[in-house]
Amino acid sequence: MSEAVTSDHFKGGDFVRRHRLSTRIWHWINAVAVLVMLMSGLMIFNAHPRLYWGEYGANSDPAWFEIGSNADGQGLVKIGDATIETTGVLGVWTDSEGVVKKRAFPGWATIPSNYSLADARLWHLAFAWVLGLGVVTYLFWSLLNGHLWRDIRMSRAELHPKHVWHDISEHARLRFPTGAAALKYNILQKLAYSGVLLVLLPVVVVTGLAMSPGMDAWMPWITQVFGGRQSARSVHFLCAFGLVAFFLVHIAMVVLAGPINEVRSMITGNYRLPKDREEG
Amino acid sequence: MTERKLIVSRRKLLRVGALGAGGLMLSGCDSLNRSEGFRSLLEGAEDLHKGFQRLGGEGALAREFAPSDMSPVFRANGNREIADSAYRQMLAGGFADWALKVDGLVEKPLVLPLAALQSLPQRQQITRHDCVEGWSAIGKWQGPQLSRILDMAGLKPQARYIVFHCADRFGSTPYYESIDLIDAFHPQTILAWRMNDALLPERHGAPIRLRVERQLGYKHAKFVMRIEARDSLAGLHGGKGGYWEDSGDYAWHAGI
Repeated sequence: MSEAVTSDHFKGGDFVRRHRLSTRIWHWINAVAVLVMLMSGLMIFNAHPRLYWGEYGANSDPAWFEIGSNADGQGLVKIGDATIETTGVLGVWTDSEGVVKKRAFPGWATIPSNYSLADARLWHLAFAWVLGLGVVTYLFWSLLNGHLWRDIRMSRAELHPKHVWHDISEHARLRFPTGAAALKYNILQKLAYSGVLLVLLPVVVVTGLAMSPGMDAWMPWITQVFGGRQSARSVHFLCAFGLVAFFLVHIAMVVLAGPINEVRSMITGNYRLPKDREEG
Repeated sequence: MTERKLIVSRRKLLRVGALGAGGLMLSGCDSLNRSEGFRSLLEGAEDLHKGFQRLGGEGALAREFAPSDMSPVFRANGNREIADSAYRQMLAGGFADWALKVDGLVEKPLVLPLAALQSLPQRQQITRHDCVEGWSAIGKWQGPQLSRILDMAGLKPQARYIVFHCADRFGSTPYYESIDLIDAFHPQTILAWRMNDALLPERHGAPIRLRVERQLGYKHAKFVMRIEARDSLAGLHGGKGGYWEDSGDYAWHAGI
């Protein structure tokens, strides 16, 4: 964010310095890492498309989540007692050569696109270092340079349900902050960014470590905190889908708020303040 | 004027960039996945994992569980039965005629019948078995520590790896696995002949299976017939130290 966030002589149309270099660099490294981790992770999930709670879990144990197919060739997703038909997308789908495949996630969503647990693990476990070291470094740096305190911290007034509801209804009408107000993150942005930076990303990294038998021997509390290895695997998957949800909303907001201005600000740091609606 | 030009070109740049990124993600990852150089870059992470885990966890013990934590059914994976008639005969005879060979870079090669392994001091442990595919099962294992057998044979100073030659095959390729001396002399590394308070069944690797508790399931070689001490993994089968390492590009160090 701008170093002059408190000054209100800025008006719509002005160019301001927006994102710090550290934020811009990490944003793009992290974007690539998260995408690779997600797509290779979906392939790893395909090797055993079932999730359990507790320490152990295999085919004869009850799964709370499963992607599979039935004898009629229907793709099915089971969550608890509910079964949803997902033929064409999950469980049963057609690959780019027109071959019907019975795997959980389709080829267009996985790295590599053809089934290979070994190759997906190569990608996943190498990019895990990029993701993990990136998150740790950026969190540390953001603490040191005050980014978390200055830009992400939420005041009591902001967290008041009335204020949050006001921001939600403004967003729902696609009325985004303009002029000097757009210099600061609004409460929904703060909640989303802190949720990703302080919860989803750290938890996805830690649950990843919790699944490693070597780490479990060295630091068993990491696995135990989540209630066991299979619970950690479930939480890992849920966090990944939390990140997908964030990604979709994030992209939608960037598109709605003016993709060129937004993407430019995350590349160069120059951000053009949105004009008031009356200013057109 | 110059500024407008700049913005237009940037706009174009961004559009091309966005389209390019999408295309790159779809097809680029697959071609990167086939690139030798890129793969060896990714494979470099294996050394990072091993180094990191050994940093503070070199002597760490895998967690052990209570009998009440055990899986009701322990899934069997990999080869579950062996067609070879010599094996079937030994199985039928309770492995009375079977003996484990210990050779390679040792001072005193050994031939250890099952009864000899059973009469050595035993270690019993209830541990969690984590398959590379993602599932886990908790079971009870019993057998002599590998370190005791290696001490009996006496490793030569050049020995750096312990290789496990197995009776099972995928097609015509025999299964094998290998570990380094840190894992070989780890107290929980045992040659299990008992599982869940019964003789190790065929589907879990009778007569003996390696337990190397801080690594994934494919390292836990089943149907072990011969143990060989070596100074290098090169020149043995595919040279990568294990069946899945050779054929599927799985990591040799399977600590994650």
